[in-house]
Amino acid sequence: MNEKAEKLIDKKGIRLDGRKADELRPLKLQVGVLSHADGSAYIEHGKNKILAAAFGPREMHPKHLSLPDRMVLRCRYHMAPFSVQERKSPAPSRREVELSKVIKECLEPALFLELYPRTGVDVFVEVLQADGGTRCASITAAALAIADAGVPMRDLVVACAAGKVDDTVVLDLYDAEDKLGAADVPVAYMPSLNAVTLLQMDGILTPEEFEKAMNMAMDGCKKIYEMQKEALKTKYMVVKEAEE
Amino acid sequence: MSSLVTRVRLKQIEQFIEKGKRLDDRGLRDYREIKIEQGLIERAEGSARVLLGKTEVLVGVKVETGKPFDDTPNEGVLTVNAELVPVASPNFEPGPPDENSIELARVVDRGIRESKAIDNEKLCIEPGKKVFVVFVDVYVLNHDGNLIDASALAAMAALLNTKMPNYEIKDGELKIKQGYTPLPVKSHPVTVTTGKINNSLIVDPGLEEEQVMDSRISMAINDEGNICAVQKGGSGYFTPQQILEASKIAQEKAVEIRKKLNW
Repeated sequence: MNEKAEKLIDKKGIRLDGRKADELRPLKLQVGVLSHADGSAYIEHGKNKILAAAFGPREMHPKHLSLPDRMVLRCRYHMAPFSVQERKSPAPSRREVELSKVIKECLEPALFLELYPRTGVDVFVEVLQADGGTRCASITAAALAIADAGVPMRDLVVACAAGKVDDTVVLDLYDAEDKLGAADVPVAYMPSLNAVTLLQMDGILTPEEFEKAMNMAMDGCKKIYEMQKEALKTKYMVVKEAEE
Repeated sequence: MSSLVTRVRLKQIEQFIEKGKRLDDRGLRDYREIKIEQGLIERAEGSARVLLGKTEVLVGVKVETGKPFDDTPNEGVLTVNAELVPVASPNFEPGPPDENSIELARVVDRGIRESKAIDNEKLCIEPGKKVFVVFVDVYVLNHDGNLIDASALAAMAALLNTKMPNYEIKDGELKIKQGYTPLPVKSHPVTVTTGKINNSLIVDPGLEEEQVMDSRISMAINDEGNICAVQKGGSGYFTPQQILEASKIAQEKAVEIRKKLNW
């Protein structure tokens, strides 16, 4: 990798895209963007553009997958063929299968599964454009879609990554930092319950750096959490205005 | 998970854990006995069988030649695959890999890859054209809990047992010579999985514990005691304090296992 010679952070601590170490990329969140889904959300997180739709609680298809004592949550994380530099085959890759699983498992703790026996909720996430940190942005959008569908939740789930770039722990890595950086720690979090529902890491970190990265990611989550709540409220503000 | 039997078992497991004990008499922070046997498959370039209590995993390593990836023309290629063979559990079915076996393979892969366990540049034959491709195939033969740690151990043990063919390049042609050299291994990552049952953390969950636990966290620790891969799994959550505790447990256990295995 010859690009590695290039510094990702300059002497003043400013990153290649002009951000400080603990600064998030600009975010835009929108709720209720699809008319046929029970709930939906759209997120722009830096250059990531991701659409999430939630259906249910509804009867399971196929029926034998339903459970007698609780609801089944299914998630599909999928990247559009044109979302990355080199065309990605639309068939699910092993990475997408793994991410679908961890996204499902990070949303489940937020739901009252036992209140909806025999039903299913399906969440579909489509990554339209990817720029690093898509799993986190997908989780943020998927939680909003479920909330928009009116499914009761213990808390919203919000996700953000931190990582290590040029020996510095930084927040919210974008594509180049993710590829050339030393480590990436995506975290999903329910702020009012202080519960981490997704945690992954690759790269090498000392235990101290790992703790710092995890805390930085959780602080980032708390900031996005406020925007999530705002996005939900905004949808109903618009409805209210329309009625008046 | 939701059957009546396991709910009764959950009560029992919880009561034991309150007393700092496990169903099989282990302490909360104890691993089951680890047994490793290497080189039992002669046809493979490397192999190892790990017994973690009753959990049994066989890993075979095949080394072939192939093309490098465009972005890493000087490096060999590592591929990890996992099969949850139907002989291992009544719940495993034949067929293409499901999300569980894909997750298992990817977690084992990440531990080896991110710790830079294999000296990839030494696997390069001709930059951009020909490199060695190392196939690590994880075969789960008996599922009695904690497949991640058992598979990660077995994969590392098999790589340590792997021999690469000697070769020379004559007139641009690759020629395999007599004899073998060991695969260049730089680090010995150890993966430690901690489960959470009712806010108590237990190491190396067994099958019944796995069926009742909320969630697990697996951490791969390299020779220097740094963390090189993490995966949380299961439908529950961890508090940040519990994660830091799990990280401390992983550090300690990795040192202990490495010492026992002379890695």
